[in-house]
Amino acid sequence: MSVITEITLPQLAESQVSATIDRWLKKPGDWVDVYEPICEVNTDKVNAEIPSTVAGTLTKILIGTGEDVPVGTAICIIESEGSGQEDVAPQETEEANHAGTLATVAATTGSDVSMRQRYSPAVQTLAAQHGISLEQVQGTGLGGRITRKDVLAYVASGAREVRQLEKAVEQTSQQVRTTGIHLSESPKIPNIEIDDSYAAGRGETYIDVTPIRNTIARNMRQSVSEIPHAWTMIEVDVTNLVMLRNKYKEEFKKREGVNLTYLAFLIKSVVNAIRDFPIMNSVWAVDKIIVKRDINISLAVGTEDSVMTPVIKNADLKNVAGIAKEIEELALKTREGKLTLSDMQGGTFTVNNTGSFGSILSYPIINYPQAAILTFESIVKKPVVIDDMIAVRSMANICLSLDHRILDGVICGRFLQRVKENLEAFNLESSIY
Amino acid sequence: MPTMSYIDAIRTAMMEEMDRDENVFVLGEDVGVKGGVFTTTKGLYEQFGEERALDTPLSESAIVGAAIGAAMYGMRPIAEMQYSDFMFPATNQIISEAAKIRYRSNNDWNCPVVIRAPIGGGVFGGLYHSQCPESVFFGTPGLKIVAPYRPYDAKGLLKAAIRDEDPVLYFENKKSYRLVSGEVPDEDYIVEIGKANVLREGDDITVIGYSLPLRFIEQAAEELAEEGISTHILDLRTIQPLDKEAILEAVRRTGKVLIVHEDNKTGGVGAEVAAIIAEELLFELDAPIMRLCGPDVPAMPINPPGEKFFLLNTEKVKAAMKQLAEF
Amino acid sequence: MSLLSSTSQQAKHQQLGLGDEKLVAMYSHMLTARMFDERLMLMQRAGKINFHVSGIGQEVAQVAAAYALDRDNDYFLPYYRDYGFVLSVGMTLRELFLSAFAKAEDPNSGGRQMPGHFGSKRLRIVTGSSPVTTQVPHAVGFALAAKMKKKNFVSFATFGEGSSNQGDFHEGSNFAAVHKLPVILMCENNQYAISVPVHKQVAGKISDRALGYGMHGERVDGNDALEVYRVVKEARDRAINGEGPTLIEAMMYRLSPHSTSDNDLAYRTKEEVDHHRALDGLPRFRMYIEELGLWNEELERELREEIKKQLDEASNYADKAPFPTPESVLDHVYADTRKEEKH
Repeated sequence: MSVITEITLPQLAESQVSATIDRWLKKPGDWVDVYEPICEVNTDKVNAEIPSTVAGTLTKILIGTGEDVPVGTAICIIESEGSGQEDVAPQETEEANHAGTLATVAATTGSDVSMRQRYSPAVQTLAAQHGISLEQVQGTGLGGRITRKDVLAYVASGAREVRQLEKAVEQTSQQVRTTGIHLSESPKIPNIEIDDSYAAGRGETYIDVTPIRNTIARNMRQSVSEIPHAWTMIEVDVTNLVMLRNKYKEEFKKREGVNLTYLAFLIKSVVNAIRDFPIMNSVWAVDKIIVKRDINISLAVGTEDSVMTPVIKNADLKNVAGIAKEIEELALKTREGKLTLSDMQGGTFTVNNTGSFGSILSYPIINYPQAAILTFESIVKKPVVIDDMIAVRSMANICLSLDHRILDGVICGRFLQRVKENLEAFNLESSIY
Repeated sequence: MPTMSYIDAIRTAMMEEMDRDENVFVLGEDVGVKGGVFTTTKGLYEQFGEERALDTPLSESAIVGAAIGAAMYGMRPIAEMQYSDFMFPATNQIISEAAKIRYRSNNDWNCPVVIRAPIGGGVFGGLYHSQCPESVFFGTPGLKIVAPYRPYDAKGLLKAAIRDEDPVLYFENKKSYRLVSGEVPDEDYIVEIGKANVLREGDDITVIGYSLPLRFIEQAAEELAEEGISTHILDLRTIQPLDKEAILEAVRRTGKVLIVHEDNKTGGVGAEVAAIIAEELLFELDAPIMRLCGPDVPAMPINPPGEKFFLLNTEKVKAAMKQLAEF
Repeated sequence: MSLLSSTSQQAKHQQLGLGDEKLVAMYSHMLTARMFDERLMLMQRAGKINFHVSGIGQEVAQVAAAYALDRDNDYFLPYYRDYGFVLSVGMTLRELFLSAFAKAEDPNSGGRQMPGHFGSKRLRIVTGSSPVTTQVPHAVGFALAAKMKKKNFVSFATFGEGSSNQGDFHEGSNFAAVHKLPVILMCENNQYAISVPVHKQVAGKISDRALGYGMHGERVDGNDALEVYRVVKEARDRAINGEGPTLIEAMMYRLSPHSTSDNDLAYRTKEEVDHHRALDGLPRFRMYIEELGLWNEELERELREEIKKQLDEASNYADKAPFPTPESVLDHVYADTRKEEKH
């Protein structure tokens, strides 16, 4: 006989009351393992995967993508099979593909198995201690409940399947560009759905607005309409910085397992400059300006179809090496779609490494409700004049959009000067720790 | 080892203690010449004289108050309340005075008084001869409260209470007086106050209780054993202080617990036991904590069907135990 | 009642067996109690202590009673205005101030109870509480022990006229009388139970209740030291002789408000208070000993200075003394069967 299970939308965060299904990872007819992700949901720019609570076949999807549904709503149905026999001792399995049959349910016909999934604290504790998959255990309790005794009996019978507990998904090593934080894998192209009611021959295509896109659109609009943007730019000689980085990059990669990017040095310089000009780290609150004490750098991380801004918290308390590590960590998380809500919150100043996709000048939009956003453009070898002589130097532009309610040209100019000074101060003698 | 009834065990304890220590004496209504309305103090008057088996006026507050005064002096009084239903006039002396004397004098004075009172129904005594008032005094720091079930514990606990340096409420079950018998050693021994006792070992369910209902629990356990259900029985013996270690150990054994007492459910001792279990053993519970108690009514009536409805018995206990085992 | 010279009355104290030194000692205790009480009132108003319950106007009866008892053997269960009494049986000013400041060294309760809740095993002052009259059955219990152990001590309990209406008074009195126990119950009838005047408290005469319980009862002028002395002495003899308990009703007046939290002019007139102040037994007793030639202005001044010095010393000491540690709140719920620790 088969067991029908409704998978319901869980509550992922305290105040969360609903979520939107962004993408189904399984379709009707697919086999689903217990704890295997079946869909991605989206709340406030964070993707989370929902794992299945049972093993079985996905028979029906109840909620489609793009729908905002309350926590607790049934989102799909999974059908599991149970064999009719009393098969109490399943074979030891080593295969990665698992779990054929569910353990037998109570042998009496027409028995109620409503309690089969109700694992008491004792049962869960024992299962965890002995590495048991509860699917394999026969439930003799009320409503087919697996009792503590059942688990102990199972253990005693010697049959045990060591379950691969949920570990962090292996990071498949991907090539990450050394100066950038962009993807190099094949892009995720959003579903293009052609609406039949219009003549497709017209040459138009419709792209569904994903929840992420929606959020970005909303934030951009708010930023542009509320904040009076002004813009300024400065040129920085990063020749010494390039040399410093080249000196350390191999060793760093070997030792820390992480790339030492120019961005790390930039962020360090920016953070130190913010220390000297704390007004750059503030928020407009109509009758007052709130100067934030913590310096949490929002990092613009682009994917092919969107941009996210995870936050390096308390960046001022980290050295270049620490910042480099965190950049890579956040980049990886972004690519995997594993950013959490807290990764995204608390930013006070944004930095965007626009140079990594070749730009030499940008006009960035401020990350609402911060006071400014800074871009680091491409490093280009250029002829420059030093001491009335021509030299070839590595130069990079730094652009700044600012909230003209809070900041003016003078203070921003000074700030940028400081960033420039800090960047240019890096040389072969500098320490990255 | 001799077998004796619960009431004989109590009497023997008093007799032995009064013999051993001349500061021990009994006071209360009808305890002297009559020997007590249940005959609990029978023979003490003849053996020890009218002063040490003292017939008092009908004044529970003065009985307990005078006992407190004598205890503070250095005597070892056993104040008898004729029925626990009538001890409430003495509540002020018990809670405001006895419980607090050591604490309020910063250990200068203490009050080694024993107050005995019969509890429980089943004697067609109606509302005012059947109550279990343990919960009224339970939770008052400074008091110790015991409620023995077996005659062995009745004797041992009363001796311990008499020798204790602090006030002890000794709740004896009146129905048990003649209904319950057991082995009681001849010699001098005490049962330590604050220690529970495992009456039966088992692996499927744990039942925790005190006083007469344990008799039904034991009978039910016997019957359920034939059905393949193995019961672990814990006799609390002391209600305050609760033997927390023993409670947790007993519950850990099976993960399923049923708490039983005749006193009404709400605010009873079982509620505290349940709270302790919930606080400490969340991850070892295999079923919700169950309680089987008297109903939340002021007291039981005298009409037999009504009294039966109120009281616990083997069938009710067995049904609850079975339900728990099958969960 | 006049104490003016009259040969029979001048010898009165001697008739009662009181020597001259004893008289002076009594007066000294009375004055100490009075000045202590006044000092505490001031300190409370000054914010140095939180609370004071005053016994001004009641010292004479308390001291006289104390002197009539066996201060080395009897057991005492005073109530919360009895500073005069406890000072007379051996409590020191320093100890009383420690209690007022609720310091750790306070022997009465280690800083746990409110002031006026006396207790000292050493001095045989039984620990008291706030629920009134509970000490009456306790006193009966001590007397019961005395009888059972055939010891020559009595127990002495005091309480106000309001407290005499509690069940414990009636139960205790009856119990004591039935078993002929050596207990003395002295009601300090100070005319007020907080704001309730005596005519709303009692319909009959408190000392008459003794008749109902089958014991000796007597009413006495609480401001007449020698009368109180006489009556208590007789009660003690009665008790020791196995004739049972005595109920004494000592009439006096509570010159102070009930406590520092009480505004007494809300329920009585200043005239009434002044009228009774004129009847205060303390100056009367002073006059008595002056007439006997045992006392004079000079000695009065000296004594006052001495007492003031003692008050200053004691209150300073107590003020500086440490509080009990916060964790000590957990101690002494039961007998400590562990080894002695720092507390």
